[in-house]
Parts: sequence; structure tokens; C-alpha cells
Amino acid sequence: MVSKSDTMKPTHQPDLSSKPPLPFSFKSFKLKTKQQELLIRVSILCLVYILAFITRLFSVLRYESMIHEFDPYFNYRTTLYLTEKGFYEFWNWFDSESWYPLGRIIGGTLYPGLMVTAALIYWILLFLRFTVHIREVCVLTAPFFASNTTIVAYLFGKEVWDTGAGLVAAALIAICPGYISRSVAGSYDNEGVAIFALLLTFYLFVKAVNTGSLAWALGSAFGYFYMVSAWGGYVFIINLIPLYVLVLLVVGRYSMRLYVAYNCMYIVGMLLAMQIRFVGFQHVQSGEHMAAMGVFFLIQVFYFLAWVKHLLNDTKLFQALLRIGVTSAVGVGAIALGLGTASGYISPWTGRFYSLLDPTYAKDHIPIIASVSEHQPTAWSSFMFDFHILLFLFPAGLYFCFKRLSDATIFIVMYGLTSMYFAGVMVRLILVATPAVCLISAIAVSATIKNLTQIIRGKTGQTVSAKGTSTAKGSSKQQASVDQSIPFLKNGATILLFGAFYLLSRYAIHCTWVTSEAYSSPSIVLAARGAHGQRVIFDDYREAYFWLRQNTPSDAKIMSWWDYGYQITAMGNRTVIVDNNTWNNTHIATVGRAMSSYEDEAYEIMRSLDVDYVLVVFGGVTGYSSDDINKFLWMVRIGGGVFPVIKEPDYLVNGEYRVDKGAAPKMLNCLMYKLCYYRFGELTTEYGKPPGYDRARGVEIGNKDVKLEYLEEAFTTSNWIVRIYKVKPPTNRW
Amino acid sequence: MAKSLTYTIFISLICLLITLTHSFSTETPTDRRILVLLDDLALKSSHSIFFTSLQSRGFDLDFKLSDDPKIALQRYGQFLYDGLILFSPNTERFGGSLDVAGILEFVDSGKDLIVAADAGASDLIRSVAAECGVDFDEDPSAVAPVLFKGIGHSLNPANSLVLKVLSASPSAYSANPKSKLSTPPALYGSSISLVSVVQARNNARAVFSGSLDLFSNKFFKSPVQKAGSSNKFAKSGNEQFVTELSKWVFHERGHLKAVNVRHHRVGETDEPAIYRINDDLEYSVEIYEWSGSSWEPYVADDVQVQFYMMSPYVLKTMSNDKKGLFHAAFKVPDVYGVFQFKVEYQRLGYTSLSLAKQIPVRPFRHNEYERFIPTAFPYYGASFSTMAAFFIFSFVYLYSK
Repeated sequence: MVSKSDTMKPTHQPDLSSKPPLPFSFKSFKLKTKQQELLIRVSILCLVYILAFITRLFSVLRYESMIHEFDPYFNYRTTLYLTEKGFYEFWNWFDSESWYPLGRIIGGTLYPGLMVTAALIYWILLFLRFTVHIREVCVLTAPFFASNTTIVAYLFGKEVWDTGAGLVAAALIAICPGYISRSVAGSYDNEGVAIFALLLTFYLFVKAVNTGSLAWALGSAFGYFYMVSAWGGYVFIINLIPLYVLVLLVVGRYSMRLYVAYNCMYIVGMLLAMQIRFVGFQHVQSGEHMAAMGVFFLIQVFYFLAWVKHLLNDTKLFQALLRIGVTSAVGVGAIALGLGTASGYISPWTGRFYSLLDPTYAKDHIPIIASVSEHQPTAWSSFMFDFHILLFLFPAGLYFCFKRLSDATIFIVMYGLTSMYFAGVMVRLILVATPAVCLISAIAVSATIKNLTQIIRGKTGQTVSAKGTSTAKGSSKQQASVDQSIPFLKNGATILLFGAFYLLSRYAIHCTWVTSEAYSSPSIVLAARGAHGQRVIFDDYREAYFWLRQNTPSDAKIMSWWDYGYQITAMGNRTVIVDNNTWNNTHIATVGRAMSSYEDEAYEIMRSLDVDYVLVVFGGVTGYSSDDINKFLWMVRIGGGVFPVIKEPDYLVNGEYRVDKGAAPKMLNCLMYKLCYYRFGELTTEYGKPPGYDRARGVEIGNKDVKLEYLEEAFTTSNWIVRIYKVKPPTNRW
Repeated sequence: MAKSLTYTIFISLICLLITLTHSFSTETPTDRRILVLLDDLALKSSHSIFFTSLQSRGFDLDFKLSDDPKIALQRYGQFLYDGLILFSPNTERFGGSLDVAGILEFVDSGKDLIVAADAGASDLIRSVAAECGVDFDEDPSAVAPVLFKGIGHSLNPANSLVLKVLSASPSAYSANPKSKLSTPPALYGSSISLVSVVQARNNARAVFSGSLDLFSNKFFKSPVQKAGSSNKFAKSGNEQFVTELSKWVFHERGHLKAVNVRHHRVGETDEPAIYRINDDLEYSVEIYEWSGSSWEPYVADDVQVQFYMMSPYVLKTMSNDKKGLFHAAFKVPDVYGVFQFKVEYQRLGYTSLSLAKQIPVRPFRHNEYERFIPTAFPYYGASFSTMAAFFIFSFVYLYSK
């Protein structure tokens, strides 16, 4: 096997050329081999492009063309505003409907890339006289960009390895669940376009490093600008690329190509990124971006040293200069960084960044980051779920990369390893790792299959000749050993090839199954299996939001846990106290405090915030587990983080969180408990169980006789998932 | 024939509409139709001075026995009366559908109430009073024998809306004068309230008197001599006291209205939908007082406006032009958010005014900042000189041999 390593050299010349018999149909077209190859390649790419799009349409077919989850509702609302009011209004939008009474400067606190992209597509379609609704554009933006990503993956694979690897990479990434989870139709989130931008930036940068071309570097800078405008994950780029450059410098691969690519990309990219209001001067002021600047200065030192080396002929002198130069450069950089941090000019790392480097940091210090489910450390099973065979192909691909080290493969190896680490730290960063895993696995698949097919194809003639030579001569020992292994090798290669095809088809089946079962649920409409196997749809969220829209005064203020803020403003069109943009911890803590206080204390807080309605999500009737009771401890923790009167042990019994008879007295009488379980004690949820049996937690609740004094029930959806309460005005006569 | 019938119906409908609209409204806040519930129709004559004074002021009194089965405060969701006088201290149960909850609902919808108790006050009357924060003394007693004969009461300290109007003298105590005092009385001194008033948050007013005789002709006319003093008055002050009290309770006095709340930027007249930080604005409101027959401008120098977001950022006393227009001008603070213009005016004896108007305040737009600032001129110079130098350098580098 090892003796066949020569076949792994990049061969842009397809091997078909060495094979005389052509399929008859192609012959009639009179296509040359190269043209055939091009035709096959283009048609594969087209199919992959279409496949990437249609595999993401499960949710539209199953449910309807709707926006999913939480954040996409905010993106949808802002896009709507952008298309209605124009760019300048959007840019200067002060939203008084969220974060009452603080308000939010939307234009200055979002990444506008996604909205602008969708609005542009919408305007182009309108210009072409396709009258579509902006919602349809928003729903299909993510699949569209996923398709584009496959093209970039192809180009990237081609740049790093060869066209075969590119094609495989495109096919793998088209259906990889890790990517699909964030890019199904309706999941209108920043990540949908950001992965495209991320991969594009990396591709263009690698291309710039490979060619040393200013134009590609400039393209990479624009790709970076698009990425910055679309997603906060751009910090990964601005740290990975300097790290990569640093590694190249350390291993002695410094070249003029690298110098041109990095300097152009960094300077132009930084200047462009500063145009995004939300990012502003962070590139020169924030600790997270300092690595890029440090490497920028370091590469200047390298350039300077190379120039001096060019002038000096004495190597000894140069060695001394090198030592002095590098040491003093690093020293000056360290001093500058220290001074900048001490004087407050360079801001320290943010909590989110810390929690990436130290996964336990958020748990101990910032409950608001730790409370988000997608910030949890990844379970090993979700790697299996999201990557499937890629998990095994990834190390194999790394092996191939190391066997043929180049600037490009070093980049892809570094990208793969760092992003794998981050994927282990945070569930949602699996997404960032997916392109790298797909590319590296594609290298493995492509290289393996290529080797195997070459063995199978090339050896038929060779075997005969080898047999002939062995019978004729039988002198060369090495020749003999090759002779003996050849039949075995051929059969083995065939088996391995079938094995690879089997694995790949399993991968395709797995991906389709995961997409259909796990990642195509809009989460705003819940589906379950009924007693007779039929599908039951719980559309309670929309029911509640439309109730709010139609039955409450237009300036009503709704208090809910922040998860539902975006949905209430987008679908209910009402003012909320807190929402998913968790920029003000105190305000969220105030809401957490209200939810975990007794009713009379909570009433004071709600009056001070002018709250008119309180909305809670309750899964006790349907068995829906991600409801407010299960999130409640986070409200206590976040509330207690700012207001020490709220203490977590008050809600626990022997460190155990429970809602049944054995629950803590404060738990049984706090506002959240009362609002969730009001009138629940009268309800029989399951046959053979006592009334007030909570199906989400599987217990009979402890306080069945909930009485409300300051609030009154306003609306409860048909499956009790959303419950809305009206805050009573102060009593008239007291 | 049919035509004239429709015409008649139309006319009568119009008339009905006029009478309906003529009754209690914000334009004429004085009550018009008052239901008087009596234990005994003899009270009608024994308290005739009080009733006549009401009727002469234009009130339409409807006398009913408290156990009359036809008593109804509302029909088809509309209240039939604007005020209710309960001169039936001994009634245990009203006739018809009226009960405590009905009376409280009547008050909670902004209608007014006079309750008079006496030594034999029933649980019904007590519970009405208790719901309004007035606790009549359990002990059937007489506190001040001359002008006020009945029971004292105390005010519930948890209620901030109830006020003492007539309190007992410091040496008074609340007990039954005919029996021997065995235990110290629970109520004594000036904490005993004899007549109390409540103004609810919706400005419904209620008077609670411990004595029904306070309103009687006998007490109105009886001469009085202050204990320990030789001054003799031919007539007691009861008539004047009760008349003024009834004027207050039926909104002939102390009723304010605030209209035409306006705010705009200085130099503009239109009300903007949103302010910018550091805008100069003007806020004005017209406040009028009801004199019993017409709206008169209200004159006071203690009306304040707040610019409020969780706490008042601006608190300013408004100037007035003696014609009812209150006015204040101030600068929007350098804080963005959703603010409220708030006027919280609660003066004793007047209806409380509580005006709140929400208005968002936005930060500067991208093109509202200064384009060039003098302190940055070195930087402008640096960038332009760099550009020029780069151009020259490129030129020299490219075209010099």
C-alpha cells in the first residue's frame, strides 16, 4: 500500500486519459476526455448545488413557510423594517418596543449582513418582477447560501488538494447535519450566511497565500468584511489567520506571498470592519483582536530582517541581529499590550471569549451565558449525530494532509484542529467546525478512492504483465513480492471501495434522516405523536402571540423570560421588557427577580416597569420540557446575581429542584410557580393519575390551590403551553 | 301614519339621548340622579332641610325604602343613578338585587356615596364602610351628645385614601354612655373619626358619617353652646357643614379636569412621535376646576411635571397664566429610552390628576453629529498629508529612473 504513495501526488491530468476504451454514448458526442471530465464535474456540482437546497426544505414541506425559533424572528422583523423604511432608517433605528423602558439602538447593536443580504435578494427579485413576500425570501436565504457554500467548498478543496477532493467536499458539506442544523429553510439566522462568508474568506486567503496575489488578498478582505457584517463569529477568523501566519513564520515558511496576503487582508479588512457600527473600533481596542495586530507587527519585523539579510552577507552578524530584533519586537509588543490594557484603552477579553478558552468560566461567573443551551459544552453523542462518518474520516484526512504539507494544507489542518476544540467547548460551534471537517474528510475520501480505483484499474494490465514476468524470470525478489500481493491487493481494493461506498451511502441516509427528524422542526410549532400514531400539532405559541396582537392595547408591555422577547415583538407586535439580545444583565435580573419573588413583591417590580401582561410558557399539560419551570433556576441564578435577596437554596430542597409536595415553600409560592400552575390542580392531564399531574416533570404538583391576588388570568392557549396574565391596576379604594 | 310614528320615536329617542348625555359626564361632573335609601319614610321629613337643599341645587332625588324589592342601581349595564345616599343604618339586607358588592361596584365605576350610620348600624353598613377603609366602632355608643349623635369609627391605616373630616375632641372616648365603663375604650381622643371621606383612585367620592342625626332638621336648628364656654350660637354649624360636605361628595366642589395635554419642540407646534436627546421642548396642560355650574381656570403654583423613565429625570414646577394653562419648558436629558410625561397632582380636597403620556427619546442619527470638530484637525491634516505624500511617492517611484 505504501509503495503506491506516488499516486497521491496531485494529478490535474485526469487518469481517464490513460484509458483508451470510452463509453459509447460519450464517443458519439465526440467529446474529448478533458471536456467529458469538465461536463461530469459541472453536472455533479449542479446536482450538489440543488441537493444542498432541497434537502433543507423538509421544514417547509412538513409545516409551512415560516420563520423558526427565537433569534430569526428578530432578524425577520428588522429585515421587514429595512425593506419598508430603507437603509438609513434601518441604520438609525431606535426601537422603543424592546427593552422597555430603556429601548434599544437596533442599528448600532446588530450585524446587518443578513438583513441587507435578504433585502437585496428581495429587491432584485422585485426588479425582475417576481412579486414575492419578504418572508419567503427570509425563509429561503439560508438554503440558498448553503448551496453557495458548496461551491466555495469545491473551490477550497480544489485549492487545498485537487478537484476530486473539492467535489467530495462540496457533496459532504451539502448534507452535513452540523451545517444543516443552522441552515434549514426558515432558520433565518446570522450563521446561515456567515458560514458561507467564513469559508469564502478562508478560501480567498489561502488562494492569496498560494498565489501571492494582491487581488485575491483584497477579495479575502471583502469576504472578511461580509463576515464581520454578518456574524460575531468573525473573531474566529481574526484569530485563526494570525495564528496560521504565526505558525508559518515559526516553521520557517515565511514568504513574500504570505506577507502580501496577510498585510493586505488585515489592513483592508480591519478598515472595512470598522464601518460596521456594532464592531466599531474593536479591532484596535479590544483584547480579542490584539493577536492579529501583534502578528501584523511581527511580519513587518520579518520583512525587515529579510531585507537586512539581503543587504548583509555575514550570517553570524545576521543571527545576532535576528535574535536582538525578534526579542526587542516581542518585548515592545508585550509592553505596549500591557500599557494599553492597564490604561483601559485596550478592553479585556469578554466573558464569552473567556468561556471559549476555559469552558468552566461562564458557569462560575456569568450565569446568563451559561444559561443558554447552545453555549453548553458538547456531548460526545452530538459529534456522532452531526458528523457521522466524518468523525472517522477527519483523522484520516489529517494524515493525508500531513503527508503532503503545503501552506494550504497547514491552513486546513489548523482550521480543523482549532474549530474542533471550540466545537467541544460550545455546542453551537460545531457549525464552525463543520466546513473544516468536511474538507479534511473529503481529502481522505478522495485520496483513498483515487488510490483504490487506480489499483483496480491500473493493475489488470499490470497483473498480467507481472505474472508473465514472474513466470519468465522469477529472479527479482521485490518483483515477486509485488506479484504475490497483487491479486490480494486488487480484491482488497475492490472490497475497500465497496466499503467506502457503503459508508458514504450510510452517511447520506443518516444525514437525510437527521435533517428530516431533528433539524427541520420550527420549534415554534411543536409536533408530537398522538395515542393512535397520528401527528399532533401544538400551535400554541402563535395562538398566544396573535391573541396578544388582537386583544391587548397597542402600547401594552409584556413581561416574560427573555427567550420569548423576540417572538413577542415580531409576532405579537407588543413592547417587551427583555428579549434575546441579552445586553443588559440588570434588566434581565429584574425580571428574574420578579418571577422568583412572592406575588406582592413581584407586583411592586411589575408596577415600576409598567408591566401590563405577564407571559409564561408551561409544558405540564403536554409534557413539553423546555418550559419556564425547567428554566426557572436560571431566572433565580441570574436574578440572584444582581439582587442578593434572591437565593438559590430557598428554591431547592437538599439541593434538589422539585415542584411536588416536597418542594421548598418559597418555590411553591413564587410568582412563576403560581402563574404556571394556576388552576392546574383542577385538571386531569393523564388517565390514571391524580389531578394536577405535571407531565413534563412527571410529578403531582405540590400547591394545587393557587390563588392570585394581583394578577388575573387573561388567556391560556388550547394546550396550556402559553399562559398570559393581566396585571391588575391598583385597587380603587385602598 | 307610520311615518309620523317613526318621527315620534325618533324625537323621543333624541330626547332620551339628550337626557342620557345630560346626566353625569366629564363635561358636567356634578351628579344629577341620586338614589336615597331610607329605613323609614319619616326620615324624609325629619331630614327635609338637607334633602331640600340638594333638590334646590338641581339634584333629582329618588327616595326608596331600603327593603323595596324594586331597588336596582343598574339596568342593562347602565347605572341609573350617579349618587347613592344610604340613610338606612339598621338595614340588614337591601331589597331587590342590591348588595355590598353592588354598592362597591357602583363606587368603583366612579359614582358617589354617602353613608350614615348610627348606634344600631347593621353589619351590612359596616361591611360597606370596611371595604372603604372605615371601621365603625363595634360598641353602640354616643360620642358627642349635642351635634353628633352616633358612633365613632377609626380609619384603617393601610388605606391611604381615606381622610378624617370631623374628629372627636381630644377628651372624647368611644363607649356606651349608658353603661359602666369596664375596660378602657378602644377608641379615644382625636383618633376617633366622626365623619370621614374617601376619594377613590377613580375619583369616586364617599362620605361616612357615624351619625344619621347629623343630617337631621333637629340638629340643623338646635342652638349650641361650646362646653366650658359662655358663647351661645343660635344655630349649630351642622347645616353649613353638611351642605359643604354634600357639595364636595357630589362633585360640586374640588373637581378638576386636565385637558389639552400638549408637548412639542421649542419653535414648533406639532407634537412629534419621538424626541431626540438634548432637544428643547415645551409641555403644557390646561387644568380647570368645576364651580358647580361652569368650568373655571384653576390657579395653583404647585403643579409639577415629570419627565420619567423608571425615575424622574426632570421634575419641574409649571407656571400658569391664570387662565388655566400650565406650562413648562425643559431640555430632554442626555439619555435615550422610553420616557413619560407625568403629572401627578394630588391635593387635599381636589380630584387627583394623574396624567401620563409615553414618548420615546432616541439618540443622534448618524448624520446629526458634527461633521468636523476642531480638536481633530491634526488628524485630518495627518491623513490628507499622508495621502498626498503617498501619491507623490508613487509618482516618483514609478516614473523616476
